[in-house]
Amino acid sequence: MSIKLENVMYTYSPGTAYEIHALKNINLDIPDGQFIGIIGHTGSGKSTLIQHFNALVKPTSGTITYNGDDVWADKYDRRALRSEVGLVFQYPEHQLFENDVLSDVCFGPMNQGLSRAEAEKEARRALLQVGFKEENFSKSPFELSGGQKKRVAIAGVLAMNPKILILDEPTAGLDPKGRDDILDQIAELHKMRGITIILVSHSMEDVAKYVDRLIVMNHGEVAYDNTPKEVFKHYEELEKIGLAAPQITYIMHALKDNGLPVDADATTVAEAAESILKALKEKGGQKHA
Amino acid sequence: MLKDITIGQYYPADSIIHKLDPRVKFVGTMIFIVSIFIFNSFPGYFVAGLFLASMIALSKVPPKFMFKGLRAVFMLLMITVIFNMVLTPGDIVFKLGFIKVTREGLIMAGKMAVRLVFLISGSSIMTLTTTPNQLTDAMERLLRPLNRIHVPVHEIAMMMSIALRFIPILMEETDKIMKAQIARGADFESGNIIQRTKNMIPLLVPLFISAFRRANDLALAMEARCYHGGENRTQMKPLKYERKDYMAYLILIAYLAAAILFRVFKL
Repeated sequence: MSIKLENVMYTYSPGTAYEIHALKNINLDIPDGQFIGIIGHTGSGKSTLIQHFNALVKPTSGTITYNGDDVWADKYDRRALRSEVGLVFQYPEHQLFENDVLSDVCFGPMNQGLSRAEAEKEARRALLQVGFKEENFSKSPFELSGGQKKRVAIAGVLAMNPKILILDEPTAGLDPKGRDDILDQIAELHKMRGITIILVSHSMEDVAKYVDRLIVMNHGEVAYDNTPKEVFKHYEELEKIGLAAPQITYIMHALKDNGLPVDADATTVAEAAESILKALKEKGGQKHA
Repeated sequence: MLKDITIGQYYPADSIIHKLDPRVKFVGTMIFIVSIFIFNSFPGYFVAGLFLASMIALSKVPPKFMFKGLRAVFMLLMITVIFNMVLTPGDIVFKLGFIKVTREGLIMAGKMAVRLVFLISGSSIMTLTTTPNQLTDAMERLLRPLNRIHVPVHEIAMMMSIALRFIPILMEETDKIMKAQIARGADFESGNIIQRTKNMIPLLVPLFISAFRRANDLALAMEARCYHGGENRTQMKPLKYERKDYMAYLILIAYLAAAILFRVFKL
């Protein structure tokens, strides 16, 4: 079970004055069960890239395979692929259209051929899993707050039981509390359902905490593809392409440069705190001895 | 998916035609269209073709783009040509069953084809070298005399430029919503017409909501900047004729005079 991209290129409006090479020679392998972050500056091609994963966009050249089958082969069932590879777009609240929340979430499962009753079962499960309260199920999606709408939209894709869930900037336009809530729930989903999660973001801070693999996009190319720890080692290069490592990386490097023997590769605040405490204890111990 | 549809297909380039005052281009296009109906002979069309070719050359827009517009009217062109060829009475050139192709018909069809091709590529020069906003500015200025009879020229022009501005935005929005719903298993391609119309609901509801939201936001933003109608309103880049514009008018008048002379002397 995996998505594989080989030499994928994508060009917008080829042959016109507005020709843009959005993706250049992308090679990626996305195996099962990973929690992946895709990071890049605005216009780096990350949104274009994820639309290739569920065959919404046909690459200008190169091949994309899912479980070994070419998804752009003539007889390939791309609708079936799309229910296995769920994609939640940026500002997903703009896709809501039904009279009530439950019906909207049922749209996906019913397109898969489920009966209304079965679809409702899936919808309820998905809504509860994204932390949406049962008493709001019959509300109109248009009277909800931004964060709630987003949850409904994510549930709308989750209810289709995808094996891979891709989220394009799921936290755009949310306050810090709402952002953490949604990201925590996504991490929870990863654990509970064991599905592959691909999280697109332009904030390192958001991603570093959760993912176990980080793909950095720059000008339509994969700049780095490694664990967050390894990627953040290149924090100086990251800055050159308009990204920054998490703030904690800078603090740890500054501490190390000033003589405190900390682990400068710590990527989360918790890891960093542990490392600083350990370093201080060692230092204190030396003094006493 | 929808990126292929272009309305207002401005092609940026650095040419004398791009720099001309949009009013000149607007009037010029009108004169050119009138001229192809004044010319009524193949030598006349040759003159018009020469004029068109030199404009295309001056505009520095690859001719490929000029003729793109022709693809859309290809069917119309074929139908016109065939009907003219078959239905014009006169000397029969050849017969195929009950279909008679006449000499007059061939000439007529040829003329209509030339006129249509010139008409489309002539107006393409204007839309390819002028941004939609410049065009509405030009229209506003050219129609200003109508203010006297209380036609709200400025408001109409403003609405037009807003509408034009929104076309690409709404296109993009449609594309996005469509993709989002396809990702949720929506099907916009199969089924009969009733089924297909029903399938459009998940696309149209969010699209209308977003259009209203955008309109509301824009109205608020305009009011916050104290926008109020056309009276005493000045422009950031007022249209001003320069020497090259007067020169262009002279050329246009000479061209129109040539067309009239061709017609009068039946060349």
